[in-house]
Amino acid sequence: MPHKKQDLIDQNLQDLNDDGVDRRGFLKCMAWAGTGLVWTMSGGVPVSRAFAKSVDKTAVKGADFTFVQISDSHIGFNKPANPDVTATLQTAINKINAMPQKPDFIIHTGDLSQLSKPSEFDTLDQVLKGASAKQIYFVPGEHDMLSDNGEQFLQRYGKGTKGTGWYSFDQKGVHFVGLVNVANLKAGGMGSLGHEQLEWLEDDLRGRSASTPIVLFAHIPLWTIYPEWGWGTDDSAQALSYVKRFGSVTVLNGHIHQIMQKVEGKVSFHTAMSTAFPQPAPGTAPSAGPMKVPADQLQQMLGITDVNYLVSGRSLAVVDSPLGAGSPATANAGGM
Amino acid sequence: MTKKNVWIASVATPIMIVALLLFAGSRKLTAADIPAPGSAAVQIDNFVFGPQAITVPTGTTVTWTNHDDIPHTVVSTDGVFKSKVRDTDEKFSFTFDKPGTYAYYCSIHPKMTGKVVVQ
Repeated sequence: MPHKKQDLIDQNLQDLNDDGVDRRGFLKCMAWAGTGLVWTMSGGVPVSRAFAKSVDKTAVKGADFTFVQISDSHIGFNKPANPDVTATLQTAINKINAMPQKPDFIIHTGDLSQLSKPSEFDTLDQVLKGASAKQIYFVPGEHDMLSDNGEQFLQRYGKGTKGTGWYSFDQKGVHFVGLVNVANLKAGGMGSLGHEQLEWLEDDLRGRSASTPIVLFAHIPLWTIYPEWGWGTDDSAQALSYVKRFGSVTVLNGHIHQIMQKVEGKVSFHTAMSTAFPQPAPGTAPSAGPMKVPADQLQQMLGITDVNYLVSGRSLAVVDSPLGAGSPATANAGGM
Repeated sequence: MTKKNVWIASVATPIMIVALLLFAGSRKLTAADIPAPGSAAVQIDNFVFGPQAITVPTGTTVTWTNHDDIPHTVVSTDGVFKSKVRDTDEKFSFTFDKPGTYAYYCSIHPKMTGKVVVQ
């Protein structure tokens, strides 16, 4: 596991000289952040940077707008390693509220609830009410569509959306598309967008300038991470073919309760941590079920993702932060 | 090899293996796990239906039990039966009155598939 993580760091460490941070300094920052990693997209070329408190603040200061991604709050889950997922969601909201620049909005990439119960959605609403950002965009996870094909989810969080809950919006020149890949899943398959949604997506993107930065967000990863556990979307290649001509594409997903990143051409893929419980790295456990970790390590494995956008460079910087700041020693033990 | 080591290799190791196997294979059997006449059981463990395929006589009631910390469903691929969401330790039963092969899956985790053959 440490080797894998090191590989990930190495992959993303392309040129640190410009940032004035040497490798040793970077690793220190990693230790502080536990899972922190920043990369920016500038004209389609990924440039990685160190993530530290000071760097983080600089990035935020120069950003034209900021939004935060939270994911997999699973309100209603009450088993090890997290008997109180409402409290950890609250911690995540507190962290968002403490950000130096108030985010323009929040994106929740699904699995709001554990069992699609009205009481679970009520609890979620209550906690989210306390967020400094009032605008919250949602896409459903499979846990949000359990009993009624997602009708309740649509009523509460998907007013004015198409089909099973997909939609798009623009923010300061960036085009955001929320996709649903958890509806009508077929036996033996993974996530699925379906024909109707794909047609809509093609139509939605048609006529937009190739220089428009695109952000796609959906619950299940839109790239195949581990098919054995269903961690992918069967027809994502079709969706990605529609964004190929754009200079900057950022794909944000949840579902796997851990950070994974990949850059393919001009498309940067990123999955967020959960605010509820961690899941094992692909293939490291008999199944993708909740990972049981010691209580003092839990907050290092939960977190939020904030994204800063600079109009000048048409670039997006993605920063993951664990809920617990932790001491370097803890972070070392936790993952490095 | 010392005498002690030989003892460990020849006696203690098999004992330990047997002990490990006993522990590994034992989830506490409850009354519901032991099929009554005309009934059969499928366990859901680690995102797997076990046994993945079962063959039963016509008229058998099959009961699925979810042992995972994550909810699952039991849904017939051809729309013959469909459970509600089954959380930890919850069960679903269906009685198969007609012979045939019934493929099913978990609609939440569609990689999970199984089959009931009714003769």
